[in-house]
Amino acid sequence: MSVRRVMGIETELGITSAQVDTLGRPLTPMHLSGQVVQAYAAGAGPGAALPRSSGWDYADETPLRDARGYEVARMLADISQLTDVEDPTIANTVLSNGARFYVDHAHPEYSSPEVTSPLEALRYDRAGEQVALAALRTLAEQGREVRLYKNNVDGKGASYGTHENYLVPRTVPFARLAESLIPFLVARPVIAGAGRVGLGQTSERAGFQLSQRADYLEAEVGLETTLRRPIVNTRDEPHATPHLHRRLHVIVGDATMADVTTVLALGSLSAVLRLVETFPDAVPDIPLRAPVAAAQVISHDPTLRSTVETLDGRALTGLDLVEAYLEQVEEAAVSGHEAWVLDDDTRHVLGRWRSVLDGLRTDPASCAGQVEWVAKHQLLERFRDRAGVGWDDARVRAMDIQWHDLDPARGLAQKLRAAGQLERLVPEASVTAAVTEPPRDTRAWFRGEVVRRFGDDVRGASWDSVVLADERGRARRVQLPEPTEGNREQTAELLARHTSTASLLTELVSEDF
Amino acid sequence: MSEQQQFSHRRDETPEPEAPAPPTAPSAQNTERDAALDSLLDEIDGVLESNAQDFVHNFVQKGGQ
Repeated sequence: MSVRRVMGIETELGITSAQVDTLGRPLTPMHLSGQVVQAYAAGAGPGAALPRSSGWDYADETPLRDARGYEVARMLADISQLTDVEDPTIANTVLSNGARFYVDHAHPEYSSPEVTSPLEALRYDRAGEQVALAALRTLAEQGREVRLYKNNVDGKGASYGTHENYLVPRTVPFARLAESLIPFLVARPVIAGAGRVGLGQTSERAGFQLSQRADYLEAEVGLETTLRRPIVNTRDEPHATPHLHRRLHVIVGDATMADVTTVLALGSLSAVLRLVETFPDAVPDIPLRAPVAAAQVISHDPTLRSTVETLDGRALTGLDLVEAYLEQVEEAAVSGHEAWVLDDDTRHVLGRWRSVLDGLRTDPASCAGQVEWVAKHQLLERFRDRAGVGWDDARVRAMDIQWHDLDPARGLAQKLRAAGQLERLVPEASVTAAVTEPPRDTRAWFRGEVVRRFGDDVRGASWDSVVLADERGRARRVQLPEPTEGNREQTAELLARHTSTASLLTELVSEDF
Repeated sequence: MSEQQQFSHRRDETPEPEAPAPPTAPSAQNTERDAALDSLLDEIDGVLESNAQDFVHNFVQKGGQ
């Protein structure tokens, strides 16, 4: 436990293309995003992605039966019609690694499968980069050039999200979660920001800041994700047994290219959540006077010296805020509490968190291989020195965007990775395996395996269900309400016994009671 | 005293803001990094889109979540 919990990352990618329609008009980003999703499904083949263009199961039916963590529901009338829709702007597929790849708003979005550790979240996030690149290769073979950017802003007012999801026990009151998390989320970009050129939503002022998202936060707590974005999102859609779980939906984070930054973002937040769950009175008592403004103050100062005010009048830097949480987490970790096992993941995250924090305090440049905003800042500063230009220079702004280009030939972060200047935590071969293989310890394993084994007979899937064709071609839903059930240990033998969904369903149904 | 409060004493110790230390002397690691950054910047004109002004201007996204 400790930093281990069910989690995952959703990433909306920026997209551009010079393609035009028959009348010479630029293709819409919805259409382009659909091309990307469909190209991946077509190029990867039926064993790697659902071949249908819309394989998501949106229905929310009451389950009829329950066995080993899955439940089989009665026939669903409309599923097959839904899955035959060919409109590329709603393209939607489920991958054999358990991820969802689809068009969300005007962006391709890769939603990683549920995993149980920050390092696995990193591995499946990086697998998403390979998925996107595979789609671009397929499109290139068709003569269509599309570019994808793993960032969160266009610098002109638009922002698109990288959302983290954490499974939290329903017993933790939401108000306490929100109150405990706000100061941490405000300051987290110090260790987890991707960096951004331009200050303000439309980059109206020149400069560099730590976070992609800080200037787009407008509320402390709220339901929205696209307007008046809140620091803590209240969406209560657990995608899991509702009375047991909450899914904390964190919408303020940046898409990250630096491995250590990704692991720190998720690992530190998971540890803070564990602190809230186990030692609520030990959560730092540092309520901020103006959290939204504080997020911007901290983000806008790469020297890390600016302070923000607490309700009781203390002036703290972003480093102070992050360290206040780290100190409490470090003590909790050695408390002997049963939820604080010092497993490898927890040691790794806490060790990294401490060394990065100390490094940022003494010499930020020492963290350039680990903290993404530091790496980007260092490269761009060096360029500015050489060229003698300011932060408003077009090439500097172009480099900020191209930092996030997923294409290794153009992406600056990709080039620093290749040059060994952004520390890698997961071997490339392990990332490649995660493109097609699901995590073994969550229901994503069952979801991914039925996609791989049964292809077209999988009519759809959602986070907590898969819809399979029975012997008469009718759609039947298998419910997976518990994120850690339906895992490899529980279902590998079951799946190995069947060569069709019809046969599999027979056993699922007959086995019940 | 409950377990939940047993290590909450640090909450009263507000960390003092401190200025970052001056940059350390270049190490071998820094030198290697400098060389890698310079190498990337040496070829940057070949990597960057040919017209940075147009590229930045045309990088327009729809808002998302």
